Order: sequence, then C-alpha cells, then structure tokens
Amino acid sequence: MDIKVLGPGCAKCKATADLITRVAGEAGKTVTIEKIEDMRQIVSYGVMTTPAVVVGGKVVHKGSVPSHDQVLGWLG
Amino acid sequence: MSVQTSSHPAPRPDWVWHAGLVAFVAIWWLVYRQLIPFSELITSLFPVERHSHTGEAIAFFFYDVPKVMMLLTLIVFAMGVVRSYFSPERTRALLAGKREGVGNVMAAGLGVMTPFCSCSAVPLFIGLVSAGVPLGVTFSFLIAAPMVNEVALALLFGLVGWQVAATYAAFGLVIAIIAGWVIGKLHLEGWLQDWVRDIHSGATAPDAADDAPLTLVDRYRLGIEAVREIFGRVWMWIILGIGMGALIHGYVPQDLMARIMGADAWWSVPAAVVIGIPMYTNAAGVIPIVEALLGKGAALGTVLAFMMSVIALSLPEMIILKQVLTLRLIAVFVGVVGSGILAVGYLFNFLF
Repeated sequence: MDIKVLGPGCAKCKATADLITRVAGEAGKTVTIEKIEDMRQIVSYGVMTTPAVVVGGKVVHKGSVPSHDQVLGWLG
Repeated sequence: MSVQTSSHPAPRPDWVWHAGLVAFVAIWWLVYRQLIPFSELITSLFPVERHSHTGEAIAFFFYDVPKVMMLLTLIVFAMGVVRSYFSPERTRALLAGKREGVGNVMAAGLGVMTPFCSCSAVPLFIGLVSAGVPLGVTFSFLIAAPMVNEVALALLFGLVGWQVAATYAAFGLVIAIIAGWVIGKLHLEGWLQDWVRDIHSGATAPDAADDAPLTLVDRYRLGIEAVREIFGRVWMWIILGIGMGALIHGYVPQDLMARIMGADAWWSVPAAVVIGIPMYTNAAGVIPIVEALLGKGAALGTVLAFMMSVIALSLPEMIILKQVLTLRLIAVFVGVVGSGILAVGYLFNFLF
C-alpha cells in the first residue's frame, strides 16, 4: 500500500510518518511511506494545511497528526 | 504534541464533559486568586531580604510564572474551541472573490480565528491565491494571523493589563488591514515566484474531503489539544522570558530605560523595529521582558513597536515565504508592515 505524507519537514510531519510506520508494523501490514517535502508537489494535492496524508492518490487527512485509529482505518 | 496510542476508552456521557469544564473553571478561579499569597510564601522560603533586589526578582518570578501559565491555559482552550468553528477551507470560501477593502477587513479577522501554524504558511498562501483571493487580501490574513495570536494576548493581559492587550489587538488588526490594502493597491502579482503565478492562472485546487460535523465535546477535545500543543512549544520561553523580566525588574536601575526607550528619544521607535526583526523568540519570550521594561520607564509606543516587530516580522517566516514571494515582494512586505508598526509606535508615544 502506498502512503504519502505531505509536509515541509516539520516536527508534526515526521511524527505522522513515524506513527503510520508504527501502526502498520503493529497491524502487520506492508506499506511504503513516501515523504513529500517539495512545496510544489504538496500544493498540487490541494491541501492548505500540513501534515497531510495521501492514500491511493486521495487526500484522507490534513492539518494535524492523525490518531492511531484513523491510521488503522486507512490501512484497511 | 503527543500521539494517541490507546484505542477508544468507554465514551463518557456529554454531561461529564460539561460538568468537568465548569468545575475546572471554578477551581481555576479559586487558585488564581491565591497566587499573591502563594508567591510571597515561596519567596519567604529563600534566605534573602524580601525587599532586596534578589527578593524582588524572586517574588516577581514566582508570581508571574503561575499567573501566565494559568491565563494561557484558559485563553488557549477558549481559542481552540472557537477556532474549531473555522477552517482554512472555509476561510478560503469566504474570501474568494471578495473585493479589496471589505476583503482586507474580513481577512484580518479570519487570520485571528483560523487555525494556522507557520509551517502551513506556504500551502495556505497558495490555497488562497489560487482560489482567486486577491493578493492584498491574502496579505491581510498572513499579517494578522501571527501578530494577533492567543499567546500574545494572554501574556499581555496577564502581565501588562487588558487595556494594553486590547490596544495591541486593535492596532495589530489595523496594521494587517491597511498593509494588505496597500500591497493590493501596488498590484505586485507579477512579483510572486513564477511557479506560484502558474498555479494562480491555472486550475483551482480540488477540495479535500469535508470532515464530519463536530460535536461540542469534540471541540473541547480540540481545545485541550491546543493547550497541550502550545504549552509544549512555549513553556520554556515563558520561564526564560519571565526570568529575564525578573532580573530586569530586580536589578536594572529605574531611569536607565526611561532614557534609552523613553518617549523623548525619537530614534527609539525605529531602533526598536529594526532590533525586533532578526529576533525570533515568540510572544511568550518577549512579553515578560516588555513588561519589565515598561516598569522601568520605557515608553508604551516604543515597546509596542518592538513587540510587533519581533512577532510579525521574523526572519524564519521570511525564509519560508521566499518559496512563494520574490525578494522584491518580501522587501515591500517588510517595508509596508514596518511603516505601520512605526506609525503605531509614534502614535502611542504621542498619545500617552
């Protein structure tokens, strides 16, 4: 499963990526996490607040570190 | 900032939250009223004369730190709840296609209300401009958002008094409105970075999925989250700032600041603005120092100008904005906002 974390390298963006890695590990899912730090790419997803999370090409979350349960929901 | 690891605990009924909030505010109020006796008690435990320089500094520190922390908790929580009614997407919808003038006023107000962190400044800027919000209106938003923030207001209210807090908020908004309007009148759209102009003329960004409506308890949670996040960010600055303030309070001679930063020294206002730009503490670090300076005879206008300059014109923010604005446009931004701050500084030194 492809997950992208959008954000200019701020602390919350890193926390988001780490959280997804951890939750995926706990749930036994394999995910590839790509951190998108380039501003042009970030805005091309139409988000106005970071960190944002893109799953399967769709923005599923923006503006904060997601909760544990939200991440589990995306992993399906 | 912390990450939740637990799964859902059994949900509490709503009334528990409402009752909890009422109880918290009541306890808050009782404790707040005991702060002076508390600080005197702590000071009396130190083996120093109460009215010596050291005694004054210690009493100042142990009164102001808890006071500011308590005020900050309440104000940040309230702002967190209020802000949950706003979102960048909603702000964009409200501002898109607004004319300059009305748009600038609305944008400055929304800048205060919209949840926003400086690391989102660039996507937010682009989101606004690409949706057809005029450049000047976007600037009104971007100037008001950091300048009139809840940390600054809580600290001013707690340390200097509500009059100065209200004055600061009012003139912060006025500067944001006028500076944005002036930048709009200059028609500097051509001075954006090229790639931003392309987005501007191209397709508008798609709307991200709308979130489910929030309940009041959700909003309380957001308020608590805001308190936790802001405290994590500023508690050290507050202690450092109040520590510095305590030293100034206890040790700096009474008339020194009156001479350097008094109303008679005309050059002190521009000097305060220029010194303020490269300084990047935040409101939490600078306001306790400001309070101590005021106590030593510094003029209100000079101090206000210094504070606004530190908070609204910061180098790190300009480096972030460099991704979307050309240097020329950043220079205009600094020039226009700086002039506004100067005008406020002189006005206050003249009036008070």
